[in-house]
Amino acid sequence: MMRRTHPALSAWAWLVYGFLYLPILVLIIFSFNDSKFGGTWAGFTTKWYGVLLAREDVREALTNTLLVALSSTLISTVLGTLVGLGLWRYSTRFRLPLTFLLVTPIVIPDVVMGVSLLMFYSLVRGGLELTGWTFENGFWTVMFAHVTFQISYVALTVRSRLAGYDRSLEEAARDLGASSVQSFLRVILPLALPGVLAGALLAFTLSLDDFVVTYFTSGSGFRTLPVLIYTSVKKGVTPDINALSTLLVLVTVVAIIAANAIMRPRPGRRGEA
Amino acid sequence: MLTLRRFFATLGPGVLWLAVFLIVPVAIMFGYSLLTRTDLAQVGGPLTLESWGRVFGYDALFREWVPDNLRVLGRSVLIAGFSTLLCILMGYPLAFYIARQPARRKSFLLLLLIIPFWTNFLIRVYAWILILRPFDLVPSLTATFLGMVYAFLPFFVLPVYSSVEKVDWRLLEAAQDLGASPIKAFMAAVFPQTLPGLIAGILLTFIPALGTFVVSDILGGAKTALIGNLVQNQFGQAGDWPYGSALSFLLMGAVLVGLWLYARSAGQKGLEELI
Amino acid sequence: MFKSFRNAQGAETRVLDDIDLDIRKGEFFSLLGPSGCGKTTLLRILAGFEQPDAGAVLIGGRDMTGVPPNLRPVNTVFQSYALFPHLSVYDNVAFGLRQKGIGGAALRDRVGRAMETVRIGDFGTRKPDNLSGGQRQRVALARAIVNEPEVLLLDEPLSALDLKLRKELQVELSNLQETLGMTFVFVTHDQEEALVMSDRIAVMNRGRVEQLGKAEDLYERPRTAFVANFLGQSNLIPGKVQEVSPGGAVVLTEHGLLRTVYGADLSVGREVMLSIRPEKLRMERDDETEGNEVRARVDDIVYTGAENQYLLEANGQRLVAFQLNSDIGADEDFDYEEEVALYLPPASLVILEEG
Repeated sequence: MMRRTHPALSAWAWLVYGFLYLPILVLIIFSFNDSKFGGTWAGFTTKWYGVLLAREDVREALTNTLLVALSSTLISTVLGTLVGLGLWRYSTRFRLPLTFLLVTPIVIPDVVMGVSLLMFYSLVRGGLELTGWTFENGFWTVMFAHVTFQISYVALTVRSRLAGYDRSLEEAARDLGASSVQSFLRVILPLALPGVLAGALLAFTLSLDDFVVTYFTSGSGFRTLPVLIYTSVKKGVTPDINALSTLLVLVTVVAIIAANAIMRPRPGRRGEA
Repeated sequence: MLTLRRFFATLGPGVLWLAVFLIVPVAIMFGYSLLTRTDLAQVGGPLTLESWGRVFGYDALFREWVPDNLRVLGRSVLIAGFSTLLCILMGYPLAFYIARQPARRKSFLLLLLIIPFWTNFLIRVYAWILILRPFDLVPSLTATFLGMVYAFLPFFVLPVYSSVEKVDWRLLEAAQDLGASPIKAFMAAVFPQTLPGLIAGILLTFIPALGTFVVSDILGGAKTALIGNLVQNQFGQAGDWPYGSALSFLLMGAVLVGLWLYARSAGQKGLEELI
Repeated sequence: MFKSFRNAQGAETRVLDDIDLDIRKGEFFSLLGPSGCGKTTLLRILAGFEQPDAGAVLIGGRDMTGVPPNLRPVNTVFQSYALFPHLSVYDNVAFGLRQKGIGGAALRDRVGRAMETVRIGDFGTRKPDNLSGGQRQRVALARAIVNEPEVLLLDEPLSALDLKLRKELQVELSNLQETLGMTFVFVTHDQEEALVMSDRIAVMNRGRVEQLGKAEDLYERPRTAFVANFLGQSNLIPGKVQEVSPGGAVVLTEHGLLRTVYGADLSVGREVMLSIRPEKLRMERDDETEGNEVRARVDDIVYTGAENQYLLEANGQRLVAFQLNSDIGADEDFDYEEEVALYLPPASLVILEEG
């Protein structure tokens, strides 16, 4: 039932798409520009990637970023999958407040999340100091903060993956002699797996890309790539940052396309019932 | 039936995590907003509404209304509002375009829309420096608008799209059949059907635009400082946590009220579709 | 032997109220009732998905109350079939046996036999998504019976199928039950389905068992107005007991005195409700003065093929009579507005419990 779209509408749509991709394209082009100051094209080069990889601080930030992303994704995937499963399985009167709670980390400005965690950590530190313990803001504080905004994405992806399935599947497994753990492992997890993987990929990307929350929770000694980019940008544009940004964009694009591909074959929804 | 045991086996850990790392910090933030700054990044008693007063322009030190803060607030609303308007102009037709493509092409176009949405916000904003610098537009208000629209456009298009996709086009034919001109028929038959998505899109654009500090920080400079920048400053150089808390709480309050209103009109499904 | 006795209350409403059922080994037992009558809840309690608030479930004499579903000698055929979409038909059927640790030749043999029994032997490698509704139904059945449960629970398993297939499967199901000799507990809201298949039926309404008995007993001698109208149709006539004798009772109604073979134990003067099936009413042109006759006028006629349904008015009351459309009676069809005599055979006039 396809309707013809007005040529003006098509033209407008492609203009908007152009607008969306122009900066990314420019970024990529400039990362190969053999000019220290950008602006003008001075020939093709890959040297900025070399410069980038030679930078000690970049390598350290990369390690930090990956460590945070991997561990936070691991935790949030487990927690988020369980939440998604619960959302699918139980229709409780807490459903609306629960959804509200899950949507909140997604919609509140990340500045708010960042500063509230900053104060939370400082208060916890104050409390711990009374007992003689202490900690620095760094890997752990950033990682926990990331888990907080990742959970919702994983939970909602898993829930939407399971949404097409009959809730009595689990009862059927129990009825056929599976314990609740067995029915989770043999029936529910295989069905939810694409959702779990897609959710994990989204969570990983989010962690990789996060700047604001990391900025407020990382303290001075711990930098991730986005924080490093921010600091550099504040100092002035350098071509190696273009190269770094290009790499990050690339990783994200691959992750998103993968997540999309995993989720695409939707479950065969109910029978004809 | 959800018993306590089942709750802790599924929803429990995640909900607990959000309680500790989301609700408690926000509660602490509210508590801090009632204290006073004793030193850089230090707070102390007694309980006072000074910070909240300052949020709304009353300076306790000078005992007078200082319009500076209100000006930042007003400017934030204006800039966020105008950016949202630009998003509507660009995104509303785009949502129609995508919704009316064949299925395969549709999912490709949606993916194309989502990719920039997921790429690093900072990088997306930064890329505009590369484009606008040759025109001597960094920092400027124009750059801020461009950056804002660019950053938030996908937030706007996605909910509008999901509304447009559900539009019952027969109503358009019915309206035309009853003698309405194409434009009148569109306004009467189609536009109201897209309203839930439009409202969600506006909320999802306006709110983060109000809260961001990165865009104006990188592209705008001091003259375009928004609430977000004000908050960032309180937790950075100014070191005034109570004032920053109050500002930040106001920001979050606006978001949650908007979200709540939306949830009330769109219900459970609408809330889930928001993402 | 299977027995369940329970008395449960839900959070706000009582879903099941004082249920005391004794289901016999090897019988086809149906729980029949309108939606919301508690029949599915009762089934889920038998399966172990829900727990009674009070009372006990005994299966084969063993107390199963509180035993989780995976440890009960019971299997369920779900209304939605609940086939595992990620497993093939074979793996679906083998699920329960594998869970019990059965493997190798024994597994192949039993799964194969179960699949043959329900005639899905060729579908082993298919995924449930690629099956028709009827085939899915059979897979669900095979998946349950392969475990040789003491009791097979069936939760409206035919409700998603079209009429023709449903009729076919009704016959197959009752044959299957006879061959296997397994106890079937069948939940349905379709009275005809229950009548066709069951050895005994419990008619449920608002969480209670209204009447329990064989199909014939329920139909011929309904005890309550609910049963009288849920299973088929009934004419209800209120009245007062006038006379009681060992052979029955005489009841004074709006239509005069009516004799029935029931109610010998009632006391004179009691208000009662009489019930008679529309097809038991005999329509005649002339009074034959043998008593139990009511003068009526034909209000409307509905032609349904096999029979004519007459809507009649008698002494301000509306009555319904079905007359078989036989060749012999063809010229005896009655007309609109025609005055007729209705004969109410005393053996067909049932006295309902007050309700």
